[in-house]
Amino acid sequence: MKEMPPILSGSTVAPPDARGRFGAYGGRFVPETLIPALDELEGAWNEARGDPRYREELTELLRTYAGRPTPLFRADRLAKALGLAGRVYLKREDLLHTGAHKLNNTLGQALLAKRMGKRRVIAETGAGQHGVATATVCALLGLECIVYMGTEDVRRQSPNVVRMKLLGAEVRSVDAGSRTLKDAMNEAIRDWVTNVRTTYYCIGSAAGPHPYPVMVRELQKIIGEEIAEQIVDAEGRLPDAVVACVGGGSNAIGALHRFVREPSVTLYGVEAAGHGLESGKHGASLAKGRPGVLHGSRSYVLQTEDGQIAEAHSISAGLDYPGVGPELSHLRDQGRLTVLSATDTEALQAFQTLARSEGILCALESAHAIAALPQVRGALIAVNLSGRGDKDLGTVIEALK
Amino acid sequence: MSRLSEAFSAARAQGRTALVCYAMGGDGDTAALLRAIDAAGADVIELGLPFSDPIADGPVVQAAATRAIAARTTLRDLLSMTSGLRLRAPLVAMGYMNPVESMGSRAFARALREAGLCGAIVPDLPLEEAQPVRDDLAAEGLDLVPLVAPTTPKERAARIARTARGFVYYVSVTGVTGARAALPEDLEARLAELRAVSSVPVAVGFGISRPEQAAALKGKADGVVVGSAVVALHHERGVDAVAGLVRSLRSAL
Ligand SMILES: Cc1ncc(COP(=O)(O)O)c(C=O)c1O
Repeated sequence: MKEMPPILSGSTVAPPDARGRFGAYGGRFVPETLIPALDELEGAWNEARGDPRYREELTELLRTYAGRPTPLFRADRLAKALGLAGRVYLKREDLLHTGAHKLNNTLGQALLAKRMGKRRVIAETGAGQHGVATATVCALLGLECIVYMGTEDVRRQSPNVVRMKLLGAEVRSVDAGSRTLKDAMNEAIRDWVTNVRTTYYCIGSAAGPHPYPVMVRELQKIIGEEIAEQIVDAEGRLPDAVVACVGGGSNAIGALHRFVREPSVTLYGVEAAGHGLESGKHGASLAKGRPGVLHGSRSYVLQTEDGQIAEAHSISAGLDYPGVGPELSHLRDQGRLTVLSATDTEALQAFQTLARSEGILCALESAHAIAALPQVRGALIAVNLSGRGDKDLGTVIEALK
Repeated sequence: MSRLSEAFSAARAQGRTALVCYAMGGDGDTAALLRAIDAAGADVIELGLPFSDPIADGPVVQAAATRAIAARTTLRDLLSMTSGLRLRAPLVAMGYMNPVESMGSRAFARALREAGLCGAIVPDLPLEEAQPVRDDLAAEGLDLVPLVAPTTPKERAARIARTARGFVYYVSVTGVTGARAALPEDLEARLAELRAVSSVPVAVGFGISRPEQAAALKGKADGVVVGSAVVALHHERGVDAVAGLVRSLRSAL
């Protein structure tokens, strides 16, 4: 495949419903101040996605600026190193400009912000990849950019802090709660409540209040559409399984959405098991959370018995989040999504295995998907390699000492 | 009529605008604080239920919630404390959706009633999502107090007001809770619009901290809410200082 599939194609008759519900999940649980802004956003998004000019502009940027389509690479040496019987293909989102899938989403949202006449863009970031992707498109389109980031993430993802600043963004560190993605998102929402008339909030995952989960999915589903075409080109058939790591859920729903309607394809989401699923220190919201309300939508949430949000833990900042998007929550309840997990140690091991067998330094987030491969069934497996590992070298050096 | 609505009418009958004060549950000696606010003349008291991720709150209330959670305050403990208080002013809970959902809104409503509270304000529960919680509260004879914001269009404000029980909470500023030097210029006009379409009293809050600000709103709303100023003063200077503030706010109204 040399061309990318048409962007924003296909029907959206599938979930969510008009209120943004995926089964019992989703919706809008935000202060009243934001409801009119979400209505405005939903209207602008529906108009944009049906506008050939918007689609052409986005397609062109995805092709010539971001580098789509990204390759699908047959990783035989990885399969061998992991002792897998079947074939494994890696979807190389790590080769996208800025080094992760996040740019698919920020390009679409920044073009939308511009259409809406909003020149001030805010974002939250964990690993810093979404922050970098937002800062990048703001530089490209001449928009002001402010990124909220927990102080713990500022520390462990410092190369991305430098990148954001070089790109002209202001990075505001958030020293509250667990000082990670959750707290950055709280602060971004507070900024939006305060500056809602002038500001576009660019959410980085398939989470948040309606219409964000569906909008981010629509912008990320190109990943799975390319996988389908590329693997059919290479193998003459669809894969038996598609695997992605799950933080808030954007790379996972992006890779998996195309295959939800294919009963022969098993869908796997890999969460961060941190120090272990029974340790209380992990980011496994789908496996260990309960339905709740966090950051504007109903979904699986890690929480205490009393309904306080629990602190997540993962060696990878992008998976260190106590929530997950509503669509994955719904797919889990339907039994359509198989939920796996990998510990910090297993992810580090997989990071090294991939580096040595294929010459690819992946993001620690993506390493979780690699680590889970021995648990995945099927003769033909596609894994979304959501990002590259440059940002994680400090963490890896520290962990391997 | 609901006890909350009655508290506003009673103040009005005395020629006053009602004073609504907010206290964070579990941040220090809450029983003593609630008694002091009550004795100093608040007409309605909002009991803040601490939540780990309060997205509608500014730094003062966030810090108080963090302290309350660090002190291992639980919803059940707070409610069993208030049930023995016998205050003159009606109490309304103000808390976020996740703890309500975690407990189940029916159990939440029952627990509030058993503790003698009159209703709840849930800032992250807008109109479209509110009905199940409103119904569960109503089944226990309690009020769900909705919020209207400066960004809320007129006809939407009217729809929200129609669902209101107890009172409607008008958020004076686009932003989070916390003291503001100045309030928006169109505040009076917005309050007048909302009162015209609301059959329940309208209280205005967010940003109001000083007696002069309260005085400027006398007669413009049915009630004035002061929150962060109470929380900050309680933390820094204690219960007696809060009582002084409440008295001066009440006489300004
Ligand atoms: C490379 C990479 N993969 C995955 C994630 C997790 O996010 P999501 O679950 O939205 O894909 C992140 C988030 O920062 C990331 O940087």
